[in-house]
Amino acid sequence: MITGPLLEVRDLRTYFFTDRGLVRAVDGVSFSIARGRTLGLVGESGCGKSVTALSLLRLVPPPGRLVGGEILFEGRNLCEMAEEEMRRLRGARLAMIFQDPMSALNPVLTVGFQIAEAVLAHERVSRREAFERAIEMMRAVAIPDPERRARSYPHELSGGLRQRALIAMALICRPALLIADEPTTALDVTIQAEILDLLARLREEFHLAMLLITHDLGVVAQTADEVAIMYAGRIVEYAPVREIFHNPQHPYTRGLLRCVPRLVASGEGPRRLEAIEGTVPNLLNLPPGCPFADRCSEVQPTCREGDVEMIEIAPAHLVRCVARGSPIRPAAARVVHSAVP
Amino acid sequence: MSMTEALLVVKDLKKYFPVRRGLGFGKPAWVRAVDGVSFTIREGETLGLVGESGCGKTTTGRCLLRLIEPTAGEVWFDGTDLLQLSKRKLRAQRRHMQIIFQDPYASLNPRMTVGEILEEPLRIHRVGTPSERRARVRELLAEVGLPMDALARYPHEFSGGQRQRIGIARALALRPKFIVADEPVSALDVSIQAQIVNLLQDLQQRHGLTYLFISHGLALVRHLATRVGVMYLGRLVEIAPTEMLYRHPLHPYTRALLQAVPEPDPDVRGQRVPLRGELPSPLHPPSGCRFHTRCPFVMTECREAEPELREVAPGHFVACFLV
Repeated sequence: MITGPLLEVRDLRTYFFTDRGLVRAVDGVSFSIARGRTLGLVGESGCGKSVTALSLLRLVPPPGRLVGGEILFEGRNLCEMAEEEMRRLRGARLAMIFQDPMSALNPVLTVGFQIAEAVLAHERVSRREAFERAIEMMRAVAIPDPERRARSYPHELSGGLRQRALIAMALICRPALLIADEPTTALDVTIQAEILDLLARLREEFHLAMLLITHDLGVVAQTADEVAIMYAGRIVEYAPVREIFHNPQHPYTRGLLRCVPRLVASGEGPRRLEAIEGTVPNLLNLPPGCPFADRCSEVQPTCREGDVEMIEIAPAHLVRCVARGSPIRPAAARVVHSAVP
Repeated sequence: MSMTEALLVVKDLKKYFPVRRGLGFGKPAWVRAVDGVSFTIREGETLGLVGESGCGKTTTGRCLLRLIEPTAGEVWFDGTDLLQLSKRKLRAQRRHMQIIFQDPYASLNPRMTVGEILEEPLRIHRVGTPSERRARVRELLAEVGLPMDALARYPHEFSGGQRQRIGIARALALRPKFIVADEPVSALDVSIQAQIVNLLQDLQQRHGLTYLFISHGLALVRHLATRVGVMYLGRLVEIAPTEMLYRHPLHPYTRALLQAVPEPDPDVRGQRVPLRGELPSPLHPPSGCRFHTRCPFVMTECREAEPELREVAPGHFVACFLV
């Protein structure tokens, strides 16, 4: 009997050793996801959210490397697992869907074959059986006329159907955790709504835990149970979804929420949006201290002195901000080694 | 009201693209990207044009400037029909109408410095002496909030938001009256989006600019448009003053679009009426109302006749038999 969360990530560090210097793409990220729950990982481009996802699957491309931390999944540390074992896990117990379904599908193979392939890779079944399960799964993700669609090639499907096919492929081995990296970003808004409804339904049906990576606060508000806000490789705020939206604590979270245009607007006529001035910092050889300090309206002299630690400001509500009382750990030379054998 | 004068009048605009199959012999099929669209834009206002991919909003924007040659229709700008102008006269007219593109990187020449990029339109239209042009370029940088040292740098040295500022500065160089902004912030992060949107609004106020703002972001358009038009498969299905459209959307497609936008508030988790089926191909648009294949309220006559845009309240036009 496994107790505790399905996935627990502790102090994950993924660095890129580039010719021009060190990029700490993921720098001490910790979170956990319980069975059947959805964690929204939110941030702007380059904040490290996609690298976090690739790290969980141990698919970080060079010159990137997992250099520290633990990834406890179903009680086992993925960082210590042999590559062969890891391969058995990928696609079976943990699966992933990507932003662009077209580039994740092989253009010269039928959709049905590609979904069946996932079964064949992990289970001892006949090809016929695998193909039948693929059709069944396509029905479960509401692809109309699955027998015919299974024989179609990716280019013959619309963007929405392709994303459904990808979801079918991800879920056919009944994984415990689905990592969804911007699953609806490339889709039109009416199709996005359908895919989000589908994911919500499948989550119930399959008792699926989900890591939803997105930059869209609307999608997170509608989907996630817990939310982690990421900035420059670090989680700066981590709380239940209602806390994040109704009681945000980090100046970055507050800023993000203020600059989202709202459909349900108050008042008449065009209104100004509030912007966060400045730009996302370059992660190359990032100086110590809070990386948001240069854009922050509540910046204090101590913010740049060392690594800001996470504090629990309210039950289950974590924030990493000096202005909220976070202590500072003096910047020390950190040992960089590879965590993966 | 002081801004009642129409700067741009579009009448029955059409753009059909030929598609050849197989070896290219035989009759081409026609994609009706824009199929009879009419609207006006008043001086100083922002008309938002929204719709999903393939609805024809981008093609409409480009046809207005004749960056794409329209198949038929009229585009009256400041009293002249642009579609009747010779190439030479059109080029002179283009000083007054500019465009900002979605992808600022793809629309800036990577081999030119920012200074050269901003001076180019001035040179082409023979505006001022070299020293006057250099002064104007500096003025443009200040207007869009770029540092002076940007002049000698290349586009790749800038972030996405800064590149869009360069694109905006280039569009402003000739002091145009009218700007088509085609998804100008869609490729940008949300914290940067707000900066660019605010910049566009400031420039509009300062120079009395008129915008056609094309976007798939309905929430964003609400923030800056005076009026909004909704397109579906090459047709305008509804157009109204912004508040009216968002508070009382009448066309079933407009309603579906608005319901589909995920609201950034976990307490208003949506109750949506999902649309049925897939977007039909613009090669073979459905008979009658083009939305009838997905409309939850479809009636017999919707399959037979195509509804015209009708004014149902002051300034509120909708093309639907139900209304």
